[in-house]
Amino acid sequence: MTLNSIAAQIRYTLCDVSSQTKTPHLGSCLSCVDILTVLYWRTMHITPNNPANPERDYFLLGKGHAASALYTTLAYRDYFSPTALYEHGQTDSQFEEHPGIHAPAGVETVSGSLGHALSLATGMALSKQLQGAKNRFYVLMGDGEINEGTVWEAAMFAAGKRLSNLVAIVDFNKLQGTGESTEIMHLEPLEEKWRAFGWHTMRVDGHDIDALEQALETAKSIPQPVCIVADTVKGKGVSFMENDNNWHYRIPTEEEVAQAKQELGIS
Amino acid sequence: MRNAFARVLTELAKDDESLLLFYADIGNRLFNPLKEFAEERAINAGIAEANMASMAAGSAMMGHKPFIYTITPFTTSRNFEQIKIDIAYQNQPVIIVGTGSGLSYANLGPTHHSFEDIALMRALPNMHVICPADAYELEQLMPQLIELNAPCYFRIGKKNEPAVHEGNPALTFGKVHVMRPGERIAVLSTGTIMPLAQALVSELTEHGLSPELVSFHTVKPLDEAYLNDAITRFDHVITLEEHNVSGGFGSAVLEYVSEQENGPRMHRFGIPDRFIDQVHSTADARAKAGLTVPDIMSTLSERGVV
Repeated sequence: MTLNSIAAQIRYTLCDVSSQTKTPHLGSCLSCVDILTVLYWRTMHITPNNPANPERDYFLLGKGHAASALYTTLAYRDYFSPTALYEHGQTDSQFEEHPGIHAPAGVETVSGSLGHALSLATGMALSKQLQGAKNRFYVLMGDGEINEGTVWEAAMFAAGKRLSNLVAIVDFNKLQGTGESTEIMHLEPLEEKWRAFGWHTMRVDGHDIDALEQALETAKSIPQPVCIVADTVKGKGVSFMENDNNWHYRIPTEEEVAQAKQELGIS
Repeated sequence: MRNAFARVLTELAKDDESLLLFYADIGNRLFNPLKEFAEERAINAGIAEANMASMAAGSAMMGHKPFIYTITPFTTSRNFEQIKIDIAYQNQPVIIVGTGSGLSYANLGPTHHSFEDIALMRALPNMHVICPADAYELEQLMPQLIELNAPCYFRIGKKNEPAVHEGNPALTFGKVHVMRPGERIAVLSTGTIMPLAQALVSELTEHGLSPELVSFHTVKPLDEAYLNDAITRFDHVITLEEHNVSGGFGSAVLEYVSEQENGPRMHRFGIPDRFIDQVHSTADARAKAGLTVPDIMSTLSERGVV
């Protein structure tokens, strides 16, 4: 399977799980699927059959409301069966709407409160640097998430320590919970902002698999923390969800899932 | 007490390479001895306490045993949500050290006071709360907290706190230390207000009473075994703390005692429910807060205890 077809499968499953389990944040999930696909199929050193491998790379989800995107990626990457995804958000499920301490193997930290992941990963990356270990740390944040001040506290610290084992990716879909992210706060020019904070920056099309792969490979040899600003579309892949912020909370009907399936080319 | 903290940490860090110190740009030369042999493990996190708490949790996940250190309000209330989620919920062995707790920095005003920190920390599942009375208690308890390997809040003073113990009694995390056995009245004290508790006991003794004096250094978990016994032995239990009377140590004891049958009468002394400002010294601030022997005796007299 090509990475594009894997991403399409993940997108369809996200729609179906949201519809069947009545769990929201589909738009936020769909914008980061290509980023997750490249990380888990190309970039990161991981061993799904041994998730606790001490030599693994770590992925931290900052925008915890996109938990379903992470769970679904892990399922298709063989951490567990995709059928388990339909337990999402149910009582006593490992797959909570925001990842908790009972999340399945492969989910590295709790998430749900925005602005924690970069700080956690910075501490992790610092520890591994002190221990002389080679693990790398990847953090995915939403453009709304970077409103949080702790993100910039961590950004200054990580750059000060030249943590070359740390990569931040901003899923810049231009929409946050209740409006346009570039209007609610002054975000642009975003990569210049990160550069001013001491990070090496790149800006890519967050739905271009090859561009993402190349940027993430380049990041491995940069001797400082790297921020990849990924321009994305909220609701990407399903025409009637794209750039419609209602899909931050809306649950698709069965008919809408069927239409999404057709658009995504899933047979 | 902060000097003792730095000294004990330096000694322990020599033998345990997993110990890390994150500090939020305070301490000046305090940590120089640690830096002399482990500069990379004495990490100035900058004036960014929320990030510091989460970073420490991340480093704990990677096998380090981190301390985070700064003035109490900045490492308990300012970063509370990071402590709640990244340290307490994820159950990471981070030792949160609040220095200059309570009214230690009285003259610096409400920004530097902490009367709510015990309340905040004891409301968090998985969190342990320990308030040493002096440098000796700190030295006794700190290695036990590392051994505990769990989230801890270590509420310490500033400097030159009077030594409160005679001899070198062995102290155990989670167990009270009875400094003077007595009857009818128990005076339970946590943290650096112990000298006031000692003065109160002297005053009560002069009134012909024989109160028990207890150092209740561990606020969470409460030493329920001691309290179960105390309920049967005392008519009056007095608690003392440099913290809001609501939500702190006295409240913890009250909550427990009030649910037992035939408990003693409780008398809680701490900071009343107001901000304390316009003060020059800790002694002035305590006077404004009613934390003096005459004020306490007056209340006890009104209540018919003496």
